[in-house]
Amino acid sequence: MSAAAEDAVTEAPAVEAVPKRAMTLGTGTSLVILAALLVTPIFVKNFVVFQMTMVMIYGIAVLALNILTGGSGQFSLGQSAFYALGAYTSAVLMEVANVNYALTLPIAGLVAFGAGYLFGKPALRLSGIYLALATFALAVAMPQLLKLHFLEHWTGGVQGLTVMKPDAPFGLPIGQDKWLYYFTLAISLAIYIGSINLLRSRSGRAFMSIRDNEIAASAMGVDVAQYKTLAFGVSAGITGIAGGLSAIVVAFVAPDSYTINLAIALFLGMVVGGVGWLPGSFVGAAFIIFVPNIAESISKGLSGAVFGVLLFLVIFLVPHGARQVAMVAQHLLGKLTKKN
Amino acid sequence: MMLSTRSAAFATALIASIAVSGSALAQKKYDTGASDTEIKIGNIMPYSGPASAYGVIGKTEEAYFKKINAEGGINGRKINFVSYDDSYSPPKAVEQARKLVESDEVLVVFNPLGTPSNSAIQKYLNSKKIPQLFVATGATKWNEPKDFPWTIGWQPSYQSEARIYAKFLMKEKPDAKIAVFYQNDDFGKDYLKGLKDGLGAKASMIVAEESYETSEPSIDSHIVKLKATGADVFISITTPKFAAQAIKKIAEVEWRPLHIVSNVSASVGSVIKPAGFENAQGILSANYAKDGADAQWDNDPGMKKFYEFLAKYYPEANKLDGSVVYGYGAAQTMVKVLEMCGDDLTRANVMKQAASLKDFAPDTLLPGVKINTSAKDFAPIEQLQMQRFKGEKWELFGDIISGELNN
Repeated sequence: MSAAAEDAVTEAPAVEAVPKRAMTLGTGTSLVILAALLVTPIFVKNFVVFQMTMVMIYGIAVLALNILTGGSGQFSLGQSAFYALGAYTSAVLMEVANVNYALTLPIAGLVAFGAGYLFGKPALRLSGIYLALATFALAVAMPQLLKLHFLEHWTGGVQGLTVMKPDAPFGLPIGQDKWLYYFTLAISLAIYIGSINLLRSRSGRAFMSIRDNEIAASAMGVDVAQYKTLAFGVSAGITGIAGGLSAIVVAFVAPDSYTINLAIALFLGMVVGGVGWLPGSFVGAAFIIFVPNIAESISKGLSGAVFGVLLFLVIFLVPHGARQVAMVAQHLLGKLTKKN
Repeated sequence: MMLSTRSAAFATALIASIAVSGSALAQKKYDTGASDTEIKIGNIMPYSGPASAYGVIGKTEEAYFKKINAEGGINGRKINFVSYDDSYSPPKAVEQARKLVESDEVLVVFNPLGTPSNSAIQKYLNSKKIPQLFVATGATKWNEPKDFPWTIGWQPSYQSEARIYAKFLMKEKPDAKIAVFYQNDDFGKDYLKGLKDGLGAKASMIVAEESYETSEPSIDSHIVKLKATGADVFISITTPKFAAQAIKKIAEVEWRPLHIVSNVSASVGSVIKPAGFENAQGILSANYAKDGADAQWDNDPGMKKFYEFLAKYYPEANKLDGSVVYGYGAAQTMVKVLEMCGDDLTRANVMKQAASLKDFAPDTLLPGVKINTSAKDFAPIEQLQMQRFKGEKWELFGDIISGELNN
């Protein structure tokens, strides 16, 4: 898996003249997808709306990892820790301090950003697989930290914390699920656009130069340590917002929700979606939510094995993930339109 | 023309259906998920992930409902058992619960497993007024009919079991120095609380508490540390793998405390045998179900039925696995409730019947242990009997004890 990821990283889009196109979808396609996302909830059942909301939330978290790995070339297996931090920040603020749910999100993001930045400071002396291991330790430690006795008063300890699900504001005539869907969609959109702009900015170029060649980057005057830590912090912050959203939508947080499995799932989502290709994050998120269900419907006892086979097929057939599929589709489409 | 015929037909059908349902109201009543031919039961199990060993419960239940269907169903209705995997992850449990309710449209959600998963779906199911029946967790919080009238437990709660040990110790060994070894999660902490509540003013009998994480490969160092405290009672609030390790290690370091192992790990097949029979002599525990590995039940009529069921409908099952016995008992309780519902298969009636079980004894429960529920008592099994390990099996002793929390 990591070989494929590294491969994708080295075959970086940054060498292309217009990095934006390599990172995103065309404007037309984006608008069509957005329109589809806006309309779909009207026609489907509430639980499908809920699943789509979860896809977007995991999508945001995968996107955050994509900025870190696809953008600045660093690995993290600790994203579940920042996700948990965001989720607990939102949940505790809502339940204990009675803060409005929408207001808890920026706080969750800031807390996770702070934690990511501080963790990044010492950890970023490590690189490559060593950094991956350090972050792995963080992911393993997090569920236990959430169980700590002296935090129990706020976190609910091992039993977790149930959160009130918010209703639509201003008396809008839509259900909780649909409201949370549109709420999440708006936030996803903001984060998506913000991330693209970030990667296209001066900082983004600095990230990519570090990814492509650290020595060359520092020779050109990029403060490598500073930008690496920043990428880590931004990624953690966005993951924290995703975690906060998940607490609101699932309406329950418990240490068992944020185990190392979640971190691995997010990593998997990134690889399947295509490392460095932001729209792929949401495809990857859909993969980690729906493919286990498909695997389970094929065989209950062997769902893990079936999932493994499906994953293997994807990595084997399309090693660059959804990005590769999209590129091929675009290529074919181009050919067709030329012929006509 | 086409359109008007259709709408006319639709209107006729509508009127007809209203008329039919109106006249049939007296006898048959259905909510979503039940009909003349079928009852749809939803379930959530960790078939994958850290707790996948418990997936056997879901498979046993599926096999049991297959047996019921083969024998003609319940009042002529076949059971359609829809079971999904949540890999012990609460967010996934929420997704699967919603799928069961909104897409599969089940009548009830039966025996979903795990405290975190059940906590995550409890509010949702109660707000939708879907019965969350016989949850597969020993947490104490499922017996709250006032706040959660749609949630009911099944097995004795961890706290009530722990109180039984506390009572036993205060009576038999009032000067005990207790060392508690517990798993650092909801199971371990709930138990510890029950133990302390049970000891009450005598809680100072506990001289040492030590916890472990399920991710630890070996617990040896904890045992050595606890031995050094000079305790003479060792209470093991552990899951099977760690319970076996503890039994073995205690024998190795030649510590001879009075050893009490939680019911969760009282299985001969998965704990005692791997730890070695010679190391397990004299260990105490409490139980409410018969052990499928115990030869003393070979001629028991209830267990005979159980073995016949396994042979015919679930031959690949390991009868030494306590989860098989568990799934059988839970599924039998579910069937009993549906039988009591008769033709009134509304969710409200299912809940009402689940809360009016009187002296019901599934085949796999110990003689004398009976399921009783009422509108104020949502804790079906509350009795346990102490047992001591001797030779190659558990020997029951003393009376059936009630661990009810209000005494």
